[in-house]
Amino acid sequence: MCKKVYVEVNAKFEKDGNIIPQSIIWEDETVYKIDKITDICVAASLKAGGSGIRYTCLIKGVQTYLFLEKDRWFVEAKK
Amino acid sequence: MERIIFHIDCNKFYASVECLHRPEIRNLPVAVGGSEKSRHGIILTKNEIASKYDLKVGEPLWSARKKCPNLVIIPPNFPLYMRFSKEVRRILTDYTDIIEPFGIDESWIDVSAVAHLYGGAEKLAYIIKERIKAELGITVSVGVSFNKVFAKLGSDYKKPDAVTVITKENFKKIVWPLPANDLLYIGPATYRTLQKHYRYTIGDVANSDLKSLQKWLGKVGIMLHSYANGYDLTPVYKGELLPNIKSISNSTTTPRDLKSFEEVKAVLFVLTESVCRRLREQCFKCSVVKIYLRDKDLATASTQKKLKYPTDITREIFQTACSLFAQNYNFNKPLRSVGIAVTDFSSCDCPVQYDFLIDTKKKMQLEKIDKTVDILKKRYGNFTIQSASLLKTADITNFNPHDDHIIHPVGVLKNKI
Repeated sequence: MCKKVYVEVNAKFEKDGNIIPQSIIWEDETVYKIDKITDICVAASLKAGGSGIRYTCLIKGVQTYLFLEKDRWFVEAKK
Repeated sequence: MERIIFHIDCNKFYASVECLHRPEIRNLPVAVGGSEKSRHGIILTKNEIASKYDLKVGEPLWSARKKCPNLVIIPPNFPLYMRFSKEVRRILTDYTDIIEPFGIDESWIDVSAVAHLYGGAEKLAYIIKERIKAELGITVSVGVSFNKVFAKLGSDYKKPDAVTVITKENFKKIVWPLPANDLLYIGPATYRTLQKHYRYTIGDVANSDLKSLQKWLGKVGIMLHSYANGYDLTPVYKGELLPNIKSISNSTTTPRDLKSFEEVKAVLFVLTESVCRRLREQCFKCSVVKIYLRDKDLATASTQKKLKYPTDITREIFQTACSLFAQNYNFNKPLRSVGIAVTDFSSCDCPVQYDFLIDTKKKMQLEKIDKTVDILKKRYGNFTIQSASLLKTADITNFNPHDDHIIHPVGVLKNKI
């Protein structure tokens, strides 16, 4: 099961309007650097409950979905 | 060229959006319902599981709980539904600009010119359906046909998450056996009339003699005959072109019955303020003010007045509404609902010739006040500035009809009859 966890994100706002997340700050303030973004698309998160722009991120070799839902970021976290 | 029209219907829209956001209730019977405390306690929509308990839209929540004791009732979140409605529209605009919204959760689109680019109408319908599911997490049913009426029938024919294609070749097989009241614009009264003359299915209507239908139902009879035979040629109106607004209204059921003129005045003021704000946003002035009343036994009445000069000034419209009320209601019963509507519009730029007795300076002052209040409310929220008189009646006037009012489907016939 997954839960929806809103997180703080450091992001780069590019000249052409793209928003590229750089790192995620977890609830315990640990900073997780995003090594690579492999895909950006609009998608729903059935697991966590929500929808928005989905960034498929590689963090320390693990694939994680990061969603920008309107103006908040969330991840699908394990319960 | 044959037209290709889709009707896209978001299945159990409010409930689907809520279930998407709350995975923990997805496998339970869920209904979205208004607040019982404010006496809006009815079912607005329910999910597939709740439908099995024979719950009806509009049914009071107490009765729904009786039928289904473990029903999860969720208060409506209209801004969220509006966001999803816009998102659906965003996806549709990737395929065509001819989109006619029908309420918050349905749209017709005309894809005659583009369907071939996607391998045909049916394939495109599946592409759109799957995209909405993947991007928004809600399901839609799509009706594909050569006219709007059959496209709508198609989206109702099989749901949820389905595509139904009704063509000139198969419509007699699919549409005609359906009960007549499945057809757009056949409501209970029309259906009763048809049944009286032994017309039970859409096929019965289609094969009826035109003159008899006209005799029983008037103009509507001719229209239904053409709908049932697939002759409907109504174009899909582009949403932007629709603002052929004929009236603006707001009404409310108050948390408790209204027992005095003062209380009714307070509620009328909140409603009038919202209606006038919406009137000014459209750059209209109105010439007719109408009020609507419903007493505690659910008996309704409405009355209207034509103004001497068109206006968009809140105070003038409010005073008219109050005088209409005072002249027409004697409080033999407390009131449950109150509403106000303005109609007969002219453009706000249109010059008006007043007579000598009108205090135009005062009018200009009131216009300025309205304009300032509008700006403040728009920028800082509805409750930023309020009439002091409302403070006394906060329990019945603490609502925001301007932002909470919901778009209902416009009458499909409004341009026709």
